[in-house]
Amino acid sequence: MNKKYKGKKITMAHGSGGKASSDLIADIFVNTFNNEYLAIMEDQARFDMPAGRLALTTDSFVVSPLFFNGGNIGKLAITGTVNDLAVSGAKPLYLTCGLILEEGLPIETLDKIIKSMQKTAEEAGVKVVCGDTKVVERGSADQIFINTAGVGVIAEGVEIHSSSACVGDKIIVNGYIGDHGATIMQSRAELAISADIDSDCQVLNHLVQKMLSVSDNIHSLRDATRGGVATVLNEIATDSKVCISVKEDSLPIRVPTRGVCEILGLDPLYLANEGTLVCVVKAEDADTVLEAMKQTKEGENACIIGEVVDGPEGIVALNTLFGGNKIIDKLIGDQLPRIC
Amino acid sequence: MKYVDEFRDPDKAKKLLKEIDKLCSEITLPEDRPIQIMEVCGGHTHSIFRYGLKQLLPDNLEFVHGPGCPVCVLPRSVVDNCIRIAEHDDVIFTTFGDAMRVPGSTKSLLDVKAEGGDIRMVYSPLDALTIAQKNPDKRVVFFGLGFETTMPSTALSIMQAKKQGIDNFYLFCNHITIIPTIKAVLDSPGMRIDGFLGPGHVSLIIGTQPYRFIADDYHKPLVAAGFEPLDILQSVWMVLKQLKNGEAKIENQYSRLVHEEGNASALSPIQEVFELREFFEWRGLGSINHSGVKVNDKYRAFDAEVEFDLKEVTVTDPDVCQCGEVLKGVLKPWQCKVFGKECTPEKPLGALMVSTEGACSAQYSYAQNIDLINKK
Amino acid sequence: MCLGIPAQIKEIVDVDNQIAMVDLSGVSREVNIACVLDDTYQSEDLINKWVLVHVGFALSVVDEDEAHKTLKILDEIGELSATMDDLDQGSK
Repeated sequence: MNKKYKGKKITMAHGSGGKASSDLIADIFVNTFNNEYLAIMEDQARFDMPAGRLALTTDSFVVSPLFFNGGNIGKLAITGTVNDLAVSGAKPLYLTCGLILEEGLPIETLDKIIKSMQKTAEEAGVKVVCGDTKVVERGSADQIFINTAGVGVIAEGVEIHSSSACVGDKIIVNGYIGDHGATIMQSRAELAISADIDSDCQVLNHLVQKMLSVSDNIHSLRDATRGGVATVLNEIATDSKVCISVKEDSLPIRVPTRGVCEILGLDPLYLANEGTLVCVVKAEDADTVLEAMKQTKEGENACIIGEVVDGPEGIVALNTLFGGNKIIDKLIGDQLPRIC
Repeated sequence: MKYVDEFRDPDKAKKLLKEIDKLCSEITLPEDRPIQIMEVCGGHTHSIFRYGLKQLLPDNLEFVHGPGCPVCVLPRSVVDNCIRIAEHDDVIFTTFGDAMRVPGSTKSLLDVKAEGGDIRMVYSPLDALTIAQKNPDKRVVFFGLGFETTMPSTALSIMQAKKQGIDNFYLFCNHITIIPTIKAVLDSPGMRIDGFLGPGHVSLIIGTQPYRFIADDYHKPLVAAGFEPLDILQSVWMVLKQLKNGEAKIENQYSRLVHEEGNASALSPIQEVFELREFFEWRGLGSINHSGVKVNDKYRAFDAEVEFDLKEVTVTDPDVCQCGEVLKGVLKPWQCKVFGKECTPEKPLGALMVSTEGACSAQYSYAQNIDLINKK
Repeated sequence: MCLGIPAQIKEIVDVDNQIAMVDLSGVSREVNIACVLDDTYQSEDLINKWVLVHVGFALSVVDEDEAHKTLKILDEIGELSATMDDLDQGSK
């Protein structure tokens, strides 16, 4: 970071469009994101798109605390948008970055976040090609809010839909569930618990491309974020008008995540993830897809957790350890730590 | 997880279920109806649903979900008073998570938080005390609720506040006692409970002696039960054995934590800080004598009811609400006129639809679909 | 309010204020141990003991003998019956 910013904070001037603004943009954003599109500094980024169907998505990031084990708001801002594109089967290409900064935010913090965004963008193979910066008065935002939009291309013949799940399909997740939610919970000071868990925050586009390279029968793919795996399963069950059965003893949950859930009375199926996908694939391809996933870093702990069954539409059932069934309902409101 | 995983062993559960099956086939009640066992405690209700235990039990055995969910029985007037306190500008209102969604007459604490109230979820009353220490210019109020299980922790936090001279910490005390609750259930007309699973953690505090009257006067068995699935199944087995033999005793399944005489070190702070209320209002059950506690004179300076001059108000539930009968086991949730229609988890009318462990909320999505899944 | 979980006391953090650090599957938290201090247990006696933790307080020490006894009964519950079944089958 340019040492002129050491110890300095964001002021209203940084959002006013004058010299402070343009210096900040050049020194922190253009310098870090470092690509030919952004460097031109027009009012828009201009680029060619390869052939294929376009996919477009946007997400806003308001997480608190800004930095947590395994990630930060910047990393999330890239992974969230990249993954939303990836699960359509698209190759993500270009991202925007809109920032709302609270007056008083240390510029060093901003710089750290932007550097993390670029590192994550490089991992995904995407470029941040345009952006916007606004500054609001102290108290009007919680330090920094980020919005990213992303565009990608879906190759011809790739058809992945939440409504395409069929009876007999297997359900696969790429790794341990609930780690991001548990990490955020344990970094909330008022709960005063500490655990050795990291957020699962990671880009998934390479994993998805690997999966698509071994099977044409991936019916649905979803990024399990807020609301957890349970929410995604409910969405697929509803959109596809099917019944999904998940086996409790197949769910991959790390020991400390389980510990956090037990202490606070939370259900790991509803905890947020930021690098976990749910895949619904035709049964005959399930093992092939699973093996391909396990050869990647993002999928080394992949496993089959259930299947689409003949049952009441829109219902997700958990087959418990004891052989009984329990409905995994849609989440109503936020999952609040339970003490009863 | 030690002392947890061993009590979730599916193989042992299968064996227990076989025994329970056998016992149930050997018990016929005079009225030729299912055997009804009430689990008093919300934690048991939660475990039963979490592990899908209901469907694994024989058809002639039913669980009746009792009134032991302190969140479910919170009267609207109490929530209204919480809101009254929270709406003061200099107040930080602290509460356990589950209480935040309970609707009062017009809104919940979660709604007030959205409107700008400083309402914070805490895991422990000591965390609320820490907030008080860090915010000397604010009045920090802790919403104390729960049965005897949570009374020692609330009491010890007040004692700590006094010891450390913290004068901006207050308790809005809504702790309730288990014995009058069980007695109210036993005295209800139409009550058809054959045996009880006693609340495991309440029993840890008070011991098993206070339940004697249930066996001596009402001739019903009670087994103090732990919360893991094997604890619950073993306790059910123990109740059934008594029923088969025509016995009515108080037994202790949760002996690794519960002792007959209770925990003196936990009872002592309760006696130090609290005194019994004359009566206390319960959502769905009306007023029950001596079923609540309040802060005593020695600790009056920490009593939010005094500090905020709160009036005792009764706000009746809507006429259509039949929570009381469901709580007492007289009606099943789906027999309530408004169950699933005007009253759903998204727009709850009564207490039992509010908390996820409330009998009606737990039943809502379960009943419609689980039979269909099990048949496949 | 019943959600208690067994955790192991690892260290006494503050003797005067009766605070200990517990561990549960790699999750740590400070808990108040006033309810488990008595004639049997002074602070240091509690290290490595398992306690039931609820809302930031240790409410009781797990009686490890009783826990084993309960597990043994659970083991035996089905066994006796299985033996009887076998005997029944054998005698048919």
